[in-house]
Amino acid sequence: MIRLRLETRSHTPGWLKLVLPLLAILATLLICAGLVAMAGADVLAAYSKLLLSAVSSRFNFVETLVKAAPIAFTGLAVAVAFRAKFWNIGAEGQLLAGAMAAAFIGGRAALPGWSLVPLMLLCGMAAGAAWALLPALLKTRYRVDDVVTTLLLNFIMFYLMMALVDGPWKDPLSGYPDSPDIRVAAEFPILLGGTRLHLGVLLAFVAAPLVWFLMRRTTLGFNIRAVGENATAARYAGIRIPVVITGTAALSGALAGLAGVGEVGGIHFQVMAGLSPGYGYTGIVIATLALLNPLGVLPAAFFFAVIITGAESMSRATGVPVFLADVFQGVALISMLIAILFTQYRVRVQR
Amino acid sequence: MTSARTPLLCMRGMSKSFGAVRANQDVDLVLYAGDVLGLLGENGAGKTTLMNMLFGTYAPDSGAIEIEGRPVTISSSADALALGVGMVHQHFHLVPRLTVLDNLMIGRPGNRGRLDRSGARQKLEEIGDRFGLRLDPDEPVSALAIGEQQRLEIVKALFRDARMLILDEPTAVLTPQEADFLFDALRAMAGDGLGIIFISHKLYEVKAITNRAMIMRRGKVTATVDDIGSVSERELGELMCGHEIVPPQKAPSEPGKVLLRLKEVTTAPGAEASGGAPLREVSLEVRAGEVLGIAGVSGNGQLEVAELIAGVRRQTAGELNVTGEIVIYPSPRAIQDLRVGRIPEDRLGTGLISSLPMADSMILPRVHAAPFSRYGVLDRARIQDFVEGQVERFDIKCAAIDVRTGTLSGGNLQKVLLARELAFDPLVVLAAQPTRGLDVGAAQFVHERFLEVRAAGGAILLISEDLEELFLLSDRIAVMYEGRVMDTLAIEEATVRRVGMLMAGASSEDAA
Repeated sequence: MIRLRLETRSHTPGWLKLVLPLLAILATLLICAGLVAMAGADVLAAYSKLLLSAVSSRFNFVETLVKAAPIAFTGLAVAVAFRAKFWNIGAEGQLLAGAMAAAFIGGRAALPGWSLVPLMLLCGMAAGAAWALLPALLKTRYRVDDVVTTLLLNFIMFYLMMALVDGPWKDPLSGYPDSPDIRVAAEFPILLGGTRLHLGVLLAFVAAPLVWFLMRRTTLGFNIRAVGENATAARYAGIRIPVVITGTAALSGALAGLAGVGEVGGIHFQVMAGLSPGYGYTGIVIATLALLNPLGVLPAAFFFAVIITGAESMSRATGVPVFLADVFQGVALISMLIAILFTQYRVRVQR
Repeated sequence: MTSARTPLLCMRGMSKSFGAVRANQDVDLVLYAGDVLGLLGENGAGKTTLMNMLFGTYAPDSGAIEIEGRPVTISSSADALALGVGMVHQHFHLVPRLTVLDNLMIGRPGNRGRLDRSGARQKLEEIGDRFGLRLDPDEPVSALAIGEQQRLEIVKALFRDARMLILDEPTAVLTPQEADFLFDALRAMAGDGLGIIFISHKLYEVKAITNRAMIMRRGKVTATVDDIGSVSERELGELMCGHEIVPPQKAPSEPGKVLLRLKEVTTAPGAEASGGAPLREVSLEVRAGEVLGIAGVSGNGQLEVAELIAGVRRQTAGELNVTGEIVIYPSPRAIQDLRVGRIPEDRLGTGLISSLPMADSMILPRVHAAPFSRYGVLDRARIQDFVEGQVERFDIKCAAIDVRTGTLSGGNLQKVLLARELAFDPLVVLAAQPTRGLDVGAAQFVHERFLEVRAAGGAILLISEDLEELFLLSDRIAVMYEGRVMDTLAIEEATVRRVGMLMAGASSEDAA
C-alpha cells in the first residue's frame, strides 16, 4: 500500500517562498475554471478577459493601480498584525473608521484649506488605530479572543456609519444615505491628468517599503516578530508583551485607516454603504499570499486589483457573474494556506 | 547461549535521512527474549530515530523489521502495539483526571462496545503481582507521583501484552531509590521472557541493568557489547564519545560575599494545572565564587525558584536580594540589569525562538540597547560582529549565523544560550537543567564554562535532576521537596543516599 505522509523540513529553501504563491494562484485558476465552465462560458476567453483587461490599456492599468491602493494598505495592516500573532480580522472596520474621520475633517469649513489633506491623513490613521486598540486592550487585559472581537467590531463600525449617514450626518443635498461631500480643497491631488491616480496610491507604494524597514530593521519590528514567534521566550528576555501587542494593533489599525482615507480623499469624497466592498477582508488574502512580507504585499495587491477590475470586463464580455472575483479570493486564501504547509513540511511517499 | 533461538526482534539495514542529515545508516539490532539491551549513545546519535521507526512514528528509507522471524511493516503506533511493541516515552501520555484503570482502558477494543472493567482490574492485579508493579486502580492519575505515573506507562504496555518494551531515558524523572525500584521491575520482566530496550546516556545505569549493549554514534552502530560485565564504565563512555573523557577539575572554593539571597520566599500556586509546587518559605544563599546545587525530583519547586530569579514569577511573601539590591517586583528586565545570566530549563520554549535566525535568538534580551540598536534602529553590522565572535568563542556549529535557531542540535542550542547569557560578565548565573539531553562532550563544555564563572568570582545557582552533575560542580547542595528546602548540605557531607532520602521528603535528621 502506498501512503503519503508529512514530515518536518529542516529548512525552507528561499525559492519556495516565491513559487508557493504562484502555485496557489495556479491552483485557484484551475479550481475556478470549473465554475466558469458551469456559468456556460469559454474558460480561456473568460480568463483572458479576467487577467489581461487590466493591462489592455493605459486607462485600465491606472484604474487597476487605483484599486490596488486600498487593498495594499489593508494587506500591510494584516501583515503587520499577523506577525505578532495579533489576529486582526478587523481591517474592514478600521478602514471605515479612517474613512469617516477623513470625511468628517474634509468637510470642516472652519479649517484652512491647506491643512485638510494632512489632517485627514493623521486623523484617519488615529481613528483606525483607536478602533484596533479596543480589541488589543481586551486581549492583553482580559484575554478576550482577538479573532472574535476584531471581526465583530467590523459590523459595529459599519452599522454605526450607516446610522449616522441615514441620520444626523445625511447629505442634505442628495437625500441619499451618504455623508456630505468633502471640500474641494480636501480632495487628494491627482498625479496623472485625466485619471483617478491620486495621492493615496503613491502613499501605498511608499508605505510598503517603510513598513518593511520597520519590521526588518527596527527594534519594534524585532520585538513584534519575537512576540509572534514565541511569546514565552520574548517575555523571558524582557520584552513587554502587552506593550508590543498594543503597538502592533495601533500600527495595523493606522494602516487600515489610511486605506479608508484614500478612498474618501481620492475616489468617493464621502462615506456611504458601498465605500468598501470588503477591502479589509481582501487584505487578509493579500497578506497571506505575500507570506506577511510587506514588500510582497504590493504585487499581491496588484494581482487582486487585476482580478477585481478584470472580473467586470469578463462579466460584460462572457456573462460570467462578477462574483467570481469573490470566489477567487476565497479559493486563493485556502490554496495559499495549504501551500504554506509546505514551507514547514514535505510530503513523503511510503510504500 | 541465546543465539540459537529465534530473536524476538530483528531490525536489519535500517536507514533514515532528514534532508542532508543521515540520522540512521544501515543499523542492525537484534533483541532476544529475556534480554535487557542497552542502547547507548550521545544526543543526536540516532537512538530515538531508530526507536521511532520501530514504533511506527517514522517510515524508514530502507531496512527490514522482523518480529519472531516474521517480516512486518509498522506504519503507526497502533501497528506496533498490535505486534507486541510497547514504548515508554520520556513524556508520559496519560489523562490526569482519569483513574489508573480508565487510563488502561483508553484505546482498547471493547467487547461489542462494552468495557470490560472487572477483567481489566483482574489483569492489573496479575501484572502487579508478577513484576512488583502495583498500582491502585481507582486512584486518579493526577494524584500519582512521577515514579508511579511511569509505572503506569509500563503497565499500560504490559496490559496490551507487549513482548518487548522500549524505555527512553526512563530514570531522568526518578529519585535514586525510585530508579532502583524500576530496575527490579525490569529484571522481573526480563526473567519472565520479555525483551527490553533501555535507552540511556548514563553509563552507570547501563552497567547496572543491561546484559548487552549497543553503542551508536552519528547514526551508525559503532560497537556492540555482548557481555556488559566485561567492560568498565569508562570503556563504555569512550565507546560512546569516541574519545577519552577527562572530568573537569574544580579548584577549592573561596566563597566571597552573598550575591543572591532568598529569604523565606513564598509564591502563589501556579495558574496552570501542570505546575509544580509553590514555594513555601524558601531561604537560599549563593556567594561569590561558589556553586549552589539544587536537587529534587521534578516538580518540587525548583522550576518556581528558577522562574522567580529569572523575573517571570513574583513572590507573595519573603525577600529576593540580588547583588545587594532588594528586588520587590522581579521582572526579566530588572533582573538582567542586575547582571544575572539566566539559562532556562526549556531551551527552545523559554530561552530561544525556534523559527527566528540564530543571531536574533542570541541578542533577544539586549536588542533594545547599545551596541545592538540605536534610536530604535538595529545595527546589523554590530550584531553580526557580536554573534560571529560568540560563535567562535563558544564553538557553536552552524552553517551561518542566520540559520533558523530550531535547526541547531541540543548542544549547540545550549551554547547559543550560554553565549548570550555569559557575554556581559554576569555576577550571578542561574542555570536550570543545563545539560539535560546534551551529549557528554557538550555537557562537559557547559560545566567548564560554569567553573570559569565560579573562578572569576561569579555566583552560580545550579538546578539539576542529574545527581552526578550536582555532585561534580556544587560546593553546597540544597534539596527541595514540595516547595520547601529540606536541607542544605556542604558537598563534603553530601552522599547520594542522603540526598536521595531528602528528595523523597525525609527530614534532615532521618536522612543524616
